[in-house]
Amino acid sequence: MELFWLLGIPLTGGIFLALWGYRRNAPEINALFSLLTLAMAALLTVRIVEAGPMMVGNGWFFIDSFNVFLVALTAFVAFTTALFSRPYMRIEQEHGRLNATRLRLYHSSYQIFIGAMLLALTTNNMGILWVAMEAATLATVLLVSLYRTPASLEAAWKYFILCGVGIALALFGTILLYFAAEKVLGSGGNALLWTHLNGVKAQLEPTVLSLAFVFLLVGYGTKVGLAPLHSWLPDAHAEGPTPVSAVLSGLLLNVALYAVMRSKVLVDGALGNDMAGTLMMGFGLLSVVLAAFLIVRQTDVKRMFAYSSIEHMGLITFAFGMGGAVTNFAGLLHMTMHSLTKSAIFFAVGHATQKTGTQLMDDIRGLIKTNPTLGWGLMLGTVAILGMPPFGVFASEFLIITTAMHEHPWATPFLLLALGVAFAAIFGKVQPMVFGETELPKLPYQPAQTPVFLHLGLVLMLGLFIPPYLAAWYRQAAHLLGG
Amino acid sequence: MTALAYHLQIVNLLAALLLLISFAMLSQRRVVGLVTLFAWQGAALALSTAIVAWSTGQHHLYYSAAMTLGLKVIAMPWYFYHLVKKLNVNRVVEPMINIPTTMLIGIVLVIFAFNLALPISEMSGTVTRSTLGIAMACVLLAFLMMITRTKAIPQVIGFLSMENGLFFAATSATYGMPLVVELGVALDVLVGVFVLGIFIFQIRETFDSLDLKHMEKLKEK
Repeated sequence: MELFWLLGIPLTGGIFLALWGYRRNAPEINALFSLLTLAMAALLTVRIVEAGPMMVGNGWFFIDSFNVFLVALTAFVAFTTALFSRPYMRIEQEHGRLNATRLRLYHSSYQIFIGAMLLALTTNNMGILWVAMEAATLATVLLVSLYRTPASLEAAWKYFILCGVGIALALFGTILLYFAAEKVLGSGGNALLWTHLNGVKAQLEPTVLSLAFVFLLVGYGTKVGLAPLHSWLPDAHAEGPTPVSAVLSGLLLNVALYAVMRSKVLVDGALGNDMAGTLMMGFGLLSVVLAAFLIVRQTDVKRMFAYSSIEHMGLITFAFGMGGAVTNFAGLLHMTMHSLTKSAIFFAVGHATQKTGTQLMDDIRGLIKTNPTLGWGLMLGTVAILGMPPFGVFASEFLIITTAMHEHPWATPFLLLALGVAFAAIFGKVQPMVFGETELPKLPYQPAQTPVFLHLGLVLMLGLFIPPYLAAWYRQAAHLLGG
Repeated sequence: MTALAYHLQIVNLLAALLLLISFAMLSQRRVVGLVTLFAWQGAALALSTAIVAWSTGQHHLYYSAAMTLGLKVIAMPWYFYHLVKKLNVNRVVEPMINIPTTMLIGIVLVIFAFNLALPISEMSGTVTRSTLGIAMACVLLAFLMMITRTKAIPQVIGFLSMENGLFFAATSATYGMPLVVELGVALDVLVGVFVLGIFIFQIRETFDSLDLKHMEKLKEK
């Protein structure tokens, strides 16, 4: 029942906001729908924590501790982003960058995007997972080009075509998966149900499954932003409106990685070796290193943090690739930390760029003087994402790197080098933005920074102390991933 | 000759036709010609799906064939003709790599596709397994077309043609995906084309052209 509402509310919200048009309180209604979705996600989480995994609707939906954790995270960040976008988009409208028609499109697509991601997370059918991922992309294409500037159109086109090709490869992977499954489970809808596949994974044809995994990894990996198919990501993040950058970075990348992980569990079972893990480690490591060195060259603040997302997603992919209970735990923790921190950073960056009217880092100076809350928000967010203790990112990165030292010592120098380079580059660029000299007057209005500090507070709390039930929950999810 | 083998021959013929159309698309310089070829490719796909459905008794494939017919043979080509006419973009366009070279690369891709498909089609139990190589070749050729074209509409037709190849692969290897998945995929493709339509007007409005060469500003410095 909760599940029905969880998927129904965003969908209704999307249709309602499209039909109702942009009225004065449309942003509040958008936030309200997101709040209701969050409430349903919370109820669902409580149910799963109490009663264990659950199948709904004749096995069409399957919820276990792995995806319910992502459902809760998605609903939470979606809600805080809706809160952030309320004043943010109003100011954009006052600046004349957006009009009522585009805001109507924005609010409607926002809800549909969230709904599609929740569908992708909760469905048990690998085919529907594909359909929902594609729907999530389509819902955001027009959001990336919302400003209709030449650069934003180019970014959206790149996003559309590159993710289209990626998702077509993933479709071929899904066809191959079905091909292998059909032999064991018989044809028809059941053969793509993940739970059924998981039950017979040892009997699936290994050659077909390894080929299927390559296609699925490259296909969904395009969406995770794994190198070398990452080039849509910085453009889409930099040119789209900031709330969209926050949800793309904080949520969509996670959902795509979720799809890869679901496939990995099946392939591991069928192959009995760590071919899937090795591939993921390779792609992950390449993304971490490449992104770190590209961060150094960035001049646009949103672009820089987009590359930082590639770096972190690469690190998480690497962690899941290593496998094992500890690294899966660390990977899940890092997914949470990255979502919360990165969206908080985008909220802070959004206000900073809105105020100065530029995304060029050289032109943003002295935020601490013009608005202390904003300045501290950006600074703390940056410190957190760079993995400084006591923030939670430190804990997960520490776990990942120490395990890598034990099990794959060859990878450690690359990881440390990349993290070091990223640290020096990002810190060096953000520091003058916050503490530099400026002649700009103080901000006339108080930016909506509650979501920033809410997220950072959570990240800080999880860095200092992970509540036992949450730790148990992560451990359970890590176990499901094969550890 | 048994009845099944007879139908099989038609399916094989249609598969060959699909491949031929893919090559024709690679060499087509005009957008309208491209749309027509795309419609023909859809028609060949729909017909072969229907024949497979009839000869194997897989009824859900009829829906799939009907969907292909409705969407990819009637609705989308009509929409593209409409777009081309409205935007007046039916000029001769040279692809980035000249056409003979593209064709040669295409032949190499076909050989590669057949090799890739060989181990899978040996394992398949369907009567149509020999056409899997052709399906993969169509996917790769469509991919090549996307890479070599710089205009918006040809790129998208390349993408849709890739989807055709994937559908054909699904039909020949497994008698199609479960119906609900196929419906979902069709819905996504439909929404995608719709989004594209809005998008093309946005591009046109901003750049006064549909040439994607204008859209090369976002590069790493």
